[in-house]
Amino acid sequence: MTDSASSAVVGPNDVPRLVSARIATFLKVLRDNAFAVGPSEGQDALTLVTSGYAARPSLLRSAFKHLFSANKADWEKFDRLFDAFWLRKHVRSRSVATGSVANSPSVQGLLSGSGKEQTSGSALMDEILTESGTDHEGAGEGRMEGASAAENLVETDFRKIADPAQMEEAHAVAAQLARAMLIRLTRRDLARRHGYTLHLRRTIHRNISHGGVPISLVKRQRKEKPLRLVVLLDASGSMSMYTGVFLRFIHGVLDTFRGAEAFLFHTRLAHISDAMRDKNPARALDRLSIMAQGAGGGTKIGESLETFNRWHVQRVLHSRSCVMIVSDGYETGDAALLGREMARLAKRCRRIVWLNPMMGWQGYMPEASGIKAALPHIDLLAPANTLRSLADLEPYLAKL
Amino acid sequence: MPLSREEIAERLAEAGYIADDELATAIAIMQLLKRPLLLEGEAGVGKTEVAKALASACATSLIRLQCYEGLDQSAALYEWNYQRQLLAIQAHQGKDASQIEDYIFSEKYLLERPLLAAIRQDNPPVLLIDEVDRADEEFEAFLLEILSDFQVSIPELGTVRAVSIPHVVLTSNGTRELSDALRRRCLYHYVDYPDIERETRIIMARISGASATLSLQIARMVEKVRKEDLRKVPGVAETLDWAAALVGLDVSDLHDRPELVHETLMCLLKTHEDKTRMTREVTERLLGRVA
Repeated sequence: MTDSASSAVVGPNDVPRLVSARIATFLKVLRDNAFAVGPSEGQDALTLVTSGYAARPSLLRSAFKHLFSANKADWEKFDRLFDAFWLRKHVRSRSVATGSVANSPSVQGLLSGSGKEQTSGSALMDEILTESGTDHEGAGEGRMEGASAAENLVETDFRKIADPAQMEEAHAVAAQLARAMLIRLTRRDLARRHGYTLHLRRTIHRNISHGGVPISLVKRQRKEKPLRLVVLLDASGSMSMYTGVFLRFIHGVLDTFRGAEAFLFHTRLAHISDAMRDKNPARALDRLSIMAQGAGGGTKIGESLETFNRWHVQRVLHSRSCVMIVSDGYETGDAALLGREMARLAKRCRRIVWLNPMMGWQGYMPEASGIKAALPHIDLLAPANTLRSLADLEPYLAKL
Repeated sequence: MPLSREEIAERLAEAGYIADDELATAIAIMQLLKRPLLLEGEAGVGKTEVAKALASACATSLIRLQCYEGLDQSAALYEWNYQRQLLAIQAHQGKDASQIEDYIFSEKYLLERPLLAAIRQDNPPVLLIDEVDRADEEFEAFLLEILSDFQVSIPELGTVRAVSIPHVVLTSNGTRELSDALRRRCLYHYVDYPDIERETRIIMARISGASATLSLQIARMVEKVRKEDLRKVPGVAETLDWAAALVGLDVSDLHDRPELVHETLMCLLKTHEDKTRMTREVTERLLGRVA
């Protein structure tokens, strides 16, 4: 990529090759920091340099900032990168804040807490890889007792799956399930496709050959928005046995549902859709593990929902959205706050589904303080401890 | 002839828009590189105003395309005038079919919509594509095509090439994430709430009769209000409403009429929840911190 960029940059003759080479290197640095910049941006950067924007560093920075940024996250971190590269202030090989996830204040909090300890990018990567090698997904699986037959996998509580291979299979089924749900939802849409108002433009166009007499009619139907699924996953200690499977489920959902979004919460809320969609698997792991710090501790559902309502709702939810909260409802924060935030959330979306893995347990009653406070605002409270229970949700989602 | 940054800032100010240095740079680059400018920011920070002021600063016309869900090619680009075409068909009955077709698919029956109109002007206009995040993804892809080639192909007429390249300004509120391709094509500028100094200048420029001290007080007060935990943070438009209300009520110093300040806060607060949160005590506390 560097080669193509530099060859494109070396264009006008009056610019010393040195400058073009520097710009090409800068582009490389930006790309490493998840900026979407290509040769055409390099060319334009050169135009800026030759048109007098290099007179003062602050002017060049401002000009480059507009050219290279593509979103707010880029916008906010650009100055630092520019200073590091061109003015040699506090050089760091690789910025931790990648992608637009840095947008959310909660993530920023996590990042600022964790970013300082890292010395180099490669050391960080090793650490993550070893971590994922052990039990990044199937948290706690090794500790569980009892095995079950593979054919019964669908009916088996996730806690009771001991064999890593079986767990892997369960993960795959969860991802598949997410896809299957989408296919059935779209088919249902197709069957209903007949319009109810006349599409005048098309009708006239088609009937020109009849001298404008409308013989064959074209109808139109309001375009149906696809269902948008927003998943909020509890990653606290009490949920650790289920987190892995649901992460795979979310992965499947994000892959197939258009515009689906996923968040992870424990004591804070983190937006994980971008990280999970990242095409570069190493970077995806990198980002996810940074956000997962603090997972396995207590749960502040109320506070996390407050963050969600304040910073994400506007962008993430529309009228045909379903919010799926996966949590056991053990709230370590303020239950009254949870109730309030649930009420706010209920106003903004079509349905709230609360999946509670513990409901599958025998003799379970929804008595945790959190779930009690949330109960009045939930449209569907369902167990989610087996794959079957996830599959059972599909007809419900289809009705939205 | 691209204008320098200082000239741009000056001309925008004449048009009633107080720009910061970065925005002036953005506009200068936009004219130099002929790239569209994408403005993002909270609602009410004056994104649309930038385009309006730019049009008046460049002494050119403003063509506005308001995006909404379901916006399609026929509303954005061009449409045939069907009623007249039908009449023409009836009127020319008996003539050769291909002749009629040529006739009804001519310029005469073409209705220009904003995008087509923008590329057919002799004097490059400012094309404002407002709230592009509200349009569908398909439309965004189509827009990308127009913005890179500046040509439109109409099946019945052929390709229409741009007479002049318009200055394109896109705005987005962030209700939907825009595609990377569109973002890459554009220059990016994040419009933030103005700082106290700039907001004071904005009030003085826009509200005749607002004194320097009152404007400063209003700007300071609004800045404090923005820091409160509100559901709808007041934008510049709200500030101007409030300033106009205060000037209209003959307030020359906020400290003279604290009760009036509280009562007119409805210009800033737009939800019931925010209203109840902003009690008289809170207003007085904030007012006390405004020098």
